[in-house]
Amino acid sequence: MIDLPTVWAFILAFAVFTYVVLDGFDLGVGIVFPLLGTDENRARAMNSVAPVWDGNETWLILGGGGLFAAFPLAYAVLMPALYAPMIAMILALIFRGVAFEYRWRDPAHRSLWDRGFHLGSLAATCAQGIVLGTIVQGIEVEGRSYSGGWWDWMSPFSVMCGLALTAGYGLLGTTWLVLKSTGDLRERAYVVARFAAVAVLGFIGIVSLWMPFLSPEIAARWFTFPQIVFVLPVPTLTAGLAALLAWGLMTRRDAVPFPASIGLFGLCYAGLGIGLYPYIVPRAISIQEAAAPDASLQFMLIGAVILLPMILAYTGYSYWVFRGKVDPDAGYH
Amino acid sequence: MIEALDAVTLARVQFGFTIMFHIIFPAFSIGLASYLLVLETLWLRTGKAVYLNLFRFWMKIFAVAFGMGVVSGIAMSYQFGTNWSVFSDKAGPIIGPLMAYEVLTAFFMEAGFLGVMLFGMGRVSKSLHVVATGIVAAGTLVSAFWILAVNSWMHTPAGFSINDAGQFVPENWVAIVFNPSFPFRLVHMVLAAYLTTALVVGAVGAFHLLRERTNAEARRMFSMAMWMVAVVAPLQIVAGDLHGLNTLAHQPVKVMAMEGHYESYPKGAPLFLFGVPNEANQRLDHSIGIPRMASLILHHDPDHPVKGLDSVPDENQPPVAAVFFSFRIMVGIGLLIALLGLSGLVLRRRRRLFESPAFLRAAVAMGPSGFVAIVAGWVTTEVGRQPYTVYGLLLTGDSASPIDAPAVAASLTSFVVVYFVVFGFGIWYLLRMMRSGPVATEPPTGSQRKNPRPSPPTQPPGLGHGHD
Repeated sequence: MIDLPTVWAFILAFAVFTYVVLDGFDLGVGIVFPLLGTDENRARAMNSVAPVWDGNETWLILGGGGLFAAFPLAYAVLMPALYAPMIAMILALIFRGVAFEYRWRDPAHRSLWDRGFHLGSLAATCAQGIVLGTIVQGIEVEGRSYSGGWWDWMSPFSVMCGLALTAGYGLLGTTWLVLKSTGDLRERAYVVARFAAVAVLGFIGIVSLWMPFLSPEIAARWFTFPQIVFVLPVPTLTAGLAALLAWGLMTRRDAVPFPASIGLFGLCYAGLGIGLYPYIVPRAISIQEAAAPDASLQFMLIGAVILLPMILAYTGYSYWVFRGKVDPDAGYH
Repeated sequence: MIEALDAVTLARVQFGFTIMFHIIFPAFSIGLASYLLVLETLWLRTGKAVYLNLFRFWMKIFAVAFGMGVVSGIAMSYQFGTNWSVFSDKAGPIIGPLMAYEVLTAFFMEAGFLGVMLFGMGRVSKSLHVVATGIVAAGTLVSAFWILAVNSWMHTPAGFSINDAGQFVPENWVAIVFNPSFPFRLVHMVLAAYLTTALVVGAVGAFHLLRERTNAEARRMFSMAMWMVAVVAPLQIVAGDLHGLNTLAHQPVKVMAMEGHYESYPKGAPLFLFGVPNEANQRLDHSIGIPRMASLILHHDPDHPVKGLDSVPDENQPPVAAVFFSFRIMVGIGLLIALLGLSGLVLRRRRRLFESPAFLRAAVAMGPSGFVAIVAGWVTTEVGRQPYTVYGLLLTGDSASPIDAPAVAASLTSFVVVYFVVFGFGIWYLLRMMRSGPVATEPPTGSQRKNPRPSPPTQPPGLGHGHD
């Protein structure tokens, strides 16, 4: 008999990671938007993500909807604890989402919507980082509900996570632009990507050193024998990918930095997972405790097994249709 | 205790406000996606430029409306947790999977193929492009299927048991999805979406016909829209009546509020056309009614006894005024729409469909009426099921998150400000695009770079003699 809650924890983890990578690069394009120079560069940067952004954001809905469906207790406890950053994220995503259409519809207010696109992307990213930090550091739970205050999410660690994710999405966004653009836009993307890469590696170091101090359980997982043998590949591979990223950025191999950045995100994500398993609300509610009844998980699993591969296939197809360097004249506007 | 009550009220206002904005966009995109599919298919079949021009015109409008639907929808998917966490914990095992299916079967499909539909002309073959349009259209309908299953289950819960933690546990998924009110609600909502879109298309066509009687695109869209209104409006009246009878069977208290029946009528109840609900004294003031008509409509027997709100404890009653008035607004607009459709048929028979300025002006005026009717109908059904979230089983007051009133007040204020700015601009852009009208545009500009697939011929026959 398969353990349905664990299966669903992995499916959700996959959905969230897919979201982080995919929306990460289009939010990242928004984060670095003011640094791209000319209006033509900005238009090309936006066109490089316009056909795919709402598909990317759908993974966020799957993450939220999936948590609601598979782990309703965790959803019910986490969302009130994350009230302010979640609302801020939603509102920020509204601003940057509509900018894709509005900037073309209203040249007179284009700078307003460009600013909305930038600030919305930035605020949504910070909010997501804060959400992550708050979950990692733990929240107060009593019975089946959140029992803390509505400012509890605010802490040095969560704010630092907000900054770290901003650097991370910035790296994904600029390396995406490196991959998709030519000429002046590509040059600028390379410059910004180098700064972002340095910042990201710095943040990876800080978070790695900070996390063990948040709880002895996390420390034990990383620093005691024999666990250390199993987790050691994570930092080792991270160092390898960091080197690959640096090489790609220095020698201008357009196709290297973006996958290398995704790899870095994957390893950090795996590192987080190692620190938090088997909890879904760290050190308060486990995956098993939060899981919906098997009848719910089974019903959804049938759909997920059939549909997720199809979704990945046609998502891949729509990326393939828009493959290659972005055409300056693309768009239907 | 007062504070707790306030936080719940604020959370309700926030949910109502955000969903009221949200519902407008999907309702429009359900209808418009199907219309786009019809237009593109007609273009491929006939090769007539008028269909391509209309397709391009409505596609741009669709893109803006769809974008607004996506971003306002994200707010909905997280609000269950942020503001209704107890409800989420308890009902999550049932409605969560249905919403997950909505994401898996509809949202991804729509988003994935929307990019191809909007940006892919010239990059993919014509037949693949029309398939993308078809998938987007199907996605909107599949989405309606799941979300109305969720909504209907909350009205007429079925197929579940309750566990020790107080959670609703699924027992029979077929019974859950096809719960008693689901088929009626789904048909009523999808017809409403088609009708609403037809009214908008008709209004835009009429607007341009008033400026230029010979505008081929305007004539074509106006004619198509008026056919749609003439066919769907009567169907909607039948569907609405059946939905009402279903509500009477499962939520009789809601029907009492809709009818303004404070008192019981042992020998036939009147149909009140107008009145002012007086909550404090539990009576309908200034009422104008037709004796025994309500018994005739609800029970097909003028003498059939009808129970009133006097048979329901006060704490189990919904707020009557909102339900009573919103119901009348919806039905009133529905009758006007049917009248518009009928007038269109008569004028068409006399070959004067495009010739009557009064009729064209009426069509312009009716343009937004579908949205008003949808929001009014939504108020009727959602306020009418109070004080419950899961009807008869879970009280709204017991469903909310443990969030302090000031936090909810702050988020509600932010939502109101952001929605009015963002969607205010958005609706203004939509109106501006509608006003500028369809044009015979350049042929689709494909990619200039090497394309592994030979570019499909993009110059449609007959292009180039369109008009602005």
